[in-house]
Amino acid sequence: MTATEAGPGTSVGAALGRKEDARLITGRTMWTDNVTLPGMLHLAILRSPMAHARITHLDVTPALESPGVITAFSGREVADVQGSLPCAWPVTEDTVVPDYPPIAVDEVRHTGEPVAVVAARDKASAEDALELIEVDYEPLPVVLDMEAALADDAPLVHRDQGSNRCYTWTFDSAEAGTGGDVTRAESDAEVVVTRRFSQQRLIPAFMEPRSIVVDPTGDQITMWSATQVPHILRLMLAMVTGTPEHKVRVVAPDVGGGFGGKLQVTPEEFIAFVAANRIGRPVKFTESRSETMMSGHHGRDQIQDVTISARRDGSVTGLSVRLLANMGAYLGLVTPGVPVLGAFMYNAIYKFPAYRFECTGVFTNTTKTDAYRGAGRPEATFAIERAMDELAAELGMDPLELRRRNWINHDEFPFTTVSTLTYDSGNYEAATERAKELFGYDELRREQERRRAAGDTVQLGIGVSTFTEMCGLAPSRVLGSLNYGAGGWETASVRVLPTGKVEVVTGTSPHGQGHETAWSQIAADQLGVPFEDIEVLHGDTRSSHKGLDTYGSRSLAVGGAALVHACEKVVDKARPVAAHLLECDPADLEFTDGAFRVRGSPESAKTIADCSLAVFNAHDLPEGMEPSLDSDATYDPANFSFPHGSHLCATEVDTETGRVRIRSYVAVDDVGRVVNPTIVEGQVHGGIAQGIAQALYEEASYDDDGNLLAGTFVDYLVPSATDLPTITTDRTETPAPDHPLGAKGVGEAGTIASTPAVVNAVVDALRPSGVTDVPMPCTPERVWRAARSTEGSERS
Amino acid sequence: MIPAQFEYSRPAGVQEAVRALAEGGEDAKVLAGGQSLIPMLRMRLAVPSLVVDLGGVVEMRGVRDDGDALVIGAMTTHDQVLRDPLVHEHAPLVVQATSTVADRQVRHMGTFGGSLAHADAAGDLPSVAVALDATFDIEGPGGRRTVPAGEFFVDYLTSAVSPDEVLVSVRVPKLTGWGTHYEKFNRVAQAWALVGVAAAVRRSGQTIEDARVALTSMGPTPVRARGVEEALIGAPATAEVVNAAADRAGEGTEPSSDVSASGEYRLHLARVLTGRAVAAAGGL
Repeated sequence: MTATEAGPGTSVGAALGRKEDARLITGRTMWTDNVTLPGMLHLAILRSPMAHARITHLDVTPALESPGVITAFSGREVADVQGSLPCAWPVTEDTVVPDYPPIAVDEVRHTGEPVAVVAARDKASAEDALELIEVDYEPLPVVLDMEAALADDAPLVHRDQGSNRCYTWTFDSAEAGTGGDVTRAESDAEVVVTRRFSQQRLIPAFMEPRSIVVDPTGDQITMWSATQVPHILRLMLAMVTGTPEHKVRVVAPDVGGGFGGKLQVTPEEFIAFVAANRIGRPVKFTESRSETMMSGHHGRDQIQDVTISARRDGSVTGLSVRLLANMGAYLGLVTPGVPVLGAFMYNAIYKFPAYRFECTGVFTNTTKTDAYRGAGRPEATFAIERAMDELAAELGMDPLELRRRNWINHDEFPFTTVSTLTYDSGNYEAATERAKELFGYDELRREQERRRAAGDTVQLGIGVSTFTEMCGLAPSRVLGSLNYGAGGWETASVRVLPTGKVEVVTGTSPHGQGHETAWSQIAADQLGVPFEDIEVLHGDTRSSHKGLDTYGSRSLAVGGAALVHACEKVVDKARPVAAHLLECDPADLEFTDGAFRVRGSPESAKTIADCSLAVFNAHDLPEGMEPSLDSDATYDPANFSFPHGSHLCATEVDTETGRVRIRSYVAVDDVGRVVNPTIVEGQVHGGIAQGIAQALYEEASYDDDGNLLAGTFVDYLVPSATDLPTITTDRTETPAPDHPLGAKGVGEAGTIASTPAVVNAVVDALRPSGVTDVPMPCTPERVWRAARSTEGSERS
Repeated sequence: MIPAQFEYSRPAGVQEAVRALAEGGEDAKVLAGGQSLIPMLRMRLAVPSLVVDLGGVVEMRGVRDDGDALVIGAMTTHDQVLRDPLVHEHAPLVVQATSTVADRQVRHMGTFGGSLAHADAAGDLPSVAVALDATFDIEGPGGRRTVPAGEFFVDYLTSAVSPDEVLVSVRVPKLTGWGTHYEKFNRVAQAWALVGVAAAVRRSGQTIEDARVALTSMGPTPVRARGVEEALIGAPATAEVVNAAADRAGEGTEPSSDVSASGEYRLHLARVLTGRAVAAAGGL
């Protein structure tokens, strides 16, 4: 990949090489685990082998005898200082938020829960000493299945709560006044399709395991953490431990991926914080992959009961959704909110006249769930796109035709949906038409017919997913109405240095997305400063004191807008300086091609660099002017943005073995105006890979005792490049009207879109033999069983 | 993910290795390429007191021609096997199966002998060794002995190599005039086989003169599919014969049920894949 040369004003939209890649790819950078401080100790954490048990005896003293060990402690010993981990999103007034000690005190509620900690001079000594800690557990009944957990006589995860129900959140379009009554729609319907879909539990497989270093020496306690959310972490450390906020500094140095898995305030962060303060020396904790898998938060894990009612002509008349969402044993930062985010997306790109949604969060003796790439939206998109294919089959209609009959036409935007959101813009017709063309849709359908007629062992399936999602989390007033514990704004600061070089400080916290490149492109265009002359600073509360970090495809949609506004303020501040230097009226100046020019005589120009030097010297400025161009902006979006796209997948399904091979995959995405096409392409490819992984490969299941069966990558199958198809991508570009650049967001689109496209293709391949569903992941055995279960009964 | 402490020995020769093992006693472990032992050490599933690293035993590396057979040194890496012209010429089945082992990085470290001595029935090479009637040269305190493939794989993760012995080399008979095929079925490229089938077929015109079939991951040890062979040998080389023979692939197997696949599905796969492997080996 080579960088294209960018001139002033042309940087946005150019496929520039990423500034950060050389250091990220070679690993020659500051990862948290590379932080080494004088006198630093290493932590190891003893974790529960039981899914639910009372701790009847715990003695760390034998570990103290082990070579290199400095100290060891149990949850009971720090019970009064460790606090309770926060949940920022109790979605209803009566949401049950159980006490969540970072180290279990009396009772463990899932395997992998921390029960004791060792601090030693080196990591090996700390791990050796763990084996010497004595713990006796008295087993308690385990509940893993959500429906079993809601039964009257179910064992309780939290016995003091009286029930395993965490909350029930509902929406009804008839009550909200946004649509009709679903019950009536169902009773009047000519066709009703009901399906139950399961969203299996997934494990975020970021490349860099979570790692924490805490330095308690000095005036500020400093925590380095491989986190997506350094600002939220700082606030939560202060609030939970009572440490004054200004005495806590958090640094997210370069972070190797997150996918939502590092949108968390973790037990391990609090354990390291408590340990460092207790010992008075710096400590480091870096987890093993198996620890990530066992006790980092998981994603998905929902049961979805979907009923779609329609007329014979294909017009959908109503949709009802009942969800069970597995919370796990405790609530993480936004655990209850994840399925509720999805509530707004079940109506997808369609003009459904009636909609009802009910979600019940359920506690079980499993690792907590929380945000995972898409967070609620992939689940919703899967269910509706699968249901639309099922309805199309029921009606004998082409699945794209069914969608066309129900979707919002491009001339109907802005469009207020049945679930209350106002979609900003889109062109589903254009994206779908382009996807069909690239895919060769009609020819593939003809081939499918031929192979069905010939009874081929390997059948061809075609899957459709026309998706939308909500990016730009989030308008603060919307978050307030959903009982979320913070706003959704973002900040940016622009510091203009005397030589005209620029530092951009952002409140977003990239962990692989390429903000340093994209933000440089934006600032280059706004300020007329070369791309290379811009440094983007992030992730250290000392330089970036304010921000709401990176998740939910929000960084460009919200943080990018803040940066545009901050740059505009710089230009506004520089204008009188330039006028002064040019001895003209500021009103006579225009800022074009990276410089202030006198209208009518463009040869006399002053750049931002000229102005910054003048401001630095401050010898001769307009009367009363503050000698600074530096500017801050905080942007609170008025609305979400709604990227969309049409994904088409062709699968070859071997009916003898059940093997699924993706033959072709076409993704036409519309993410608004694009800042860097290479970055967008990368996000789409990675997102699709992750969505395919849910469709075909990954599953975190537990045995009956609550032991995680996928504790390593041997059993948790993350597909590699060898296992993935060549992806054909293209874009349509419908600008976001509410965003200063017209950008929408792309971080999650591929993941949201691809899972239903793949599963629809698998089911489509087998549909002639009567198959109407294959549970995810569509393993060869499941596909074989699905094909076999209907053999003879439906095949003519 | 840090191994428990152990003593470490790096002998330069086979006899020195055997002496080190004798001194280490029952808790000594042989380290070949580390493909299996290193993960077990890191997860503390193996906690040996002594690790005897054969990485310095040069005499155990390489492939030589020994008349009607190839002798493959136990410490020859998978990558070396894949690049060896003798193996390509005389044991293409070994090449084909080895190319499916794990991933490129692992193939540069993992060894031919290590994979066999580890005796994981889900490994690709044990069934190939059984199908090829390989023999194993093992050195111990009492000297050298030779064990046929049929007796080498004793039980799950248990081979005929005693804790005080070292697998030195493997003798792989050359198959001249045979067609061979390894059919591996796994969920992702780097995963173990759910089922694998190693097949070798010798035809004379339209008749199957001889056939050998062995199954991966269909029991605690690799399984020689004698029933399939019996149905093939002497029969006409037709699709019907192959399919009928493949139906006997389940005989003598004990497929396990685990998180990857049920025993019932493995049994089904064994039949389908045996048909495909034999057809490919027999040029059908």
